[in-house]
Amino acid sequence: MPRGNIARFLRLGLFPHIFCAGCGHGIALHALVRAFDSMGYNPEEVMVVSGIGCSSRIPGYINANTLHTTHGRALAFATGIKLANPKLKVVAVMGDGDCAAIGGNHFIHAARRNLDMTAIVLNNYIYGMTGGQASPTTPHGAKGSTAPYGFIERQFDLCNLAIAAGAVYVARATVFHVPQTEKFIKRALEKKGFSFVEIVSVCPTQFGRRNRLRGPVEMMEWLKNNSFPISKAKEMSPQELEGKIVIGEFADKEMIEYTQLYQDLCKVAQEEGTEE
Amino acid sequence: MGKIVFWQGNRAVAMGAIMAGVRFYAGYPITPSSEIAEILSAELPKVGGIFIQMEDEIGSMAAAIGASLAGLKSMTATSGPGFSLKQENIGFAIMAEVPVVVVDVQRGGPSTGTPTKPFQGDFMQARWGSHGGFPLIVLSPSTVKECFDLTIEAVNLAERFRSPVILLTDEIVGHMREKMEIPEEYEVKIVNRKKPSTSFLDYRPYRADPEDDIPPMAAYGEGYCFHVTGLVHDEYGLPTNDPKVIEALNLRLLRKFEKGKDLLVKFSTFATDDADVLVVAFGCVARSAMGAIREARKLGYKVGLFRPVMLWPFPDEPLREAASKVKAIIVPEMNPGLMVREVERAIRGKCEVYSLLRLDTEMITPGQILEKIKEVV
Repeated sequence: MPRGNIARFLRLGLFPHIFCAGCGHGIALHALVRAFDSMGYNPEEVMVVSGIGCSSRIPGYINANTLHTTHGRALAFATGIKLANPKLKVVAVMGDGDCAAIGGNHFIHAARRNLDMTAIVLNNYIYGMTGGQASPTTPHGAKGSTAPYGFIERQFDLCNLAIAAGAVYVARATVFHVPQTEKFIKRALEKKGFSFVEIVSVCPTQFGRRNRLRGPVEMMEWLKNNSFPISKAKEMSPQELEGKIVIGEFADKEMIEYTQLYQDLCKVAQEEGTEE
Repeated sequence: MGKIVFWQGNRAVAMGAIMAGVRFYAGYPITPSSEIAEILSAELPKVGGIFIQMEDEIGSMAAAIGASLAGLKSMTATSGPGFSLKQENIGFAIMAEVPVVVVDVQRGGPSTGTPTKPFQGDFMQARWGSHGGFPLIVLSPSTVKECFDLTIEAVNLAERFRSPVILLTDEIVGHMREKMEIPEEYEVKIVNRKKPSTSFLDYRPYRADPEDDIPPMAAYGEGYCFHVTGLVHDEYGLPTNDPKVIEALNLRLLRKFEKGKDLLVKFSTFATDDADVLVVAFGCVARSAMGAIREARKLGYKVGLFRPVMLWPFPDEPLREAASKVKAIIVPEMNPGLMVREVERAIRGKCEVYSLLRLDTEMITPGQILEKIKEVV
């Protein structure tokens, strides 16, 4: 059961949730609402936006301002909301396909623009809700319902992508590493600017079943045995790191935030104006 | 009396939006609509409004919906190919009942087509472009003054019906310059969305007033915590698969337009009282039709103009009534015959219908329409 205070962030009447047995998304949901609670937020000031897929159902269970949008567009909707009401603490929850395939353009530009919001990707390496098709993060060689002979494409590293695009805070944890997940979400929420947290999740139903990880317990064991903190990873060779998950904080920098810049622009426009 | 200006159609749209209370614009540049974005990038910050150039058309539509949900009157503008890209999210705005105005300054098509030339090929896309089957409001100006007035009306109707509203202009109307008078602010009627009066705990975002079938709309951040989704939802905004709830929602979406139908018929006529022949035209072509009718009258032909100003819902009843008084209708349009089908459907065989098409992206001239009038008479 959720501990005391976080019940105020849950629509308890909607439980049990729709996630499959063994899905990692419930752990991520729990970490997210614990982070809200420990930040001292009130539900009225929190805005959670999602795209489409299993991850997108998370806002429905959160008692706050919640919006379930179209596939890949969570960050674009969130951009409009944040600009219209900068007081809201805006969080976008996305899946791996949602964020990096159909929503890839919004992702890189939201990071570049540096609007104050937190993007969270629940990366389970697969399109879960639509039946196990390959995603941009499906590991090379892994099987999916559209990759019956093994996926021949290269796997996307979303944290590297976020850093390159300009995110001011970038971190990765897994649903096995629960305290880190909550800690990184909190740091991301605290951060002024575009922050990104990748949470490696598990999908026993669609990914595990096809890839010799037969149940939730095996999948959790796999996360445990294949994850290395950045400090350890630095001592490992590229060969040793292949197929492994590096967890930790990858970026934490200061950049002027967009709504601040926009308010300054308004002042200039109102003082100087341009002759119509 | 307000100020007299010599404005371009696209400027009239942008300035009309500001007068209507639009305080959020998200867009992506595309000819021949780009002036709307350019002008709003200068004007919105002056009134504390927000302009953002998004990374693409889909994101622009999404951001406009997000801003509207957070409480601002919101707009985007584009042209044909961009309009196609926005369609999925236009459907979202219909399902989630979000007020937003989408301006489509039509250009030649299909595909990239002729970016700098006029066409009227989006007549059907404006109505049926998104998937699913739904009611929608589409307005189409013919003059610069109308660009201004109908933008205000589009914003008002969007707020009134909690629905996207399309303003369908074209390259000629968007780029031509005309003298017009800007009304004083007090002369302009502004409609704001209905706000909830219930407590935070009792608020159900999709519980409609029985009177007009439109639910009061809270903004994100006002203290109400609620869920919005593009899935079929119940009164709480939560997804459902219950066939009864699904049907009830679909019927209510239709009913809110049915109950407000008096606001959803808009057309204008010219010289129709004694007319034997009627020209039915919209947008830029209606300008040529006016010229043709004036010439024809000088030559003794009894011809009048019927111009649908609100294209959708199509003015079926007034057009049928007008058709019952004439021998023939001529429908000139710059597309492969999209509106003539609607005219035939609306008038149910009350008179003969003749189509006049032009597909080379050159303006249909008054001379061409006059020739057709002579031929038909």
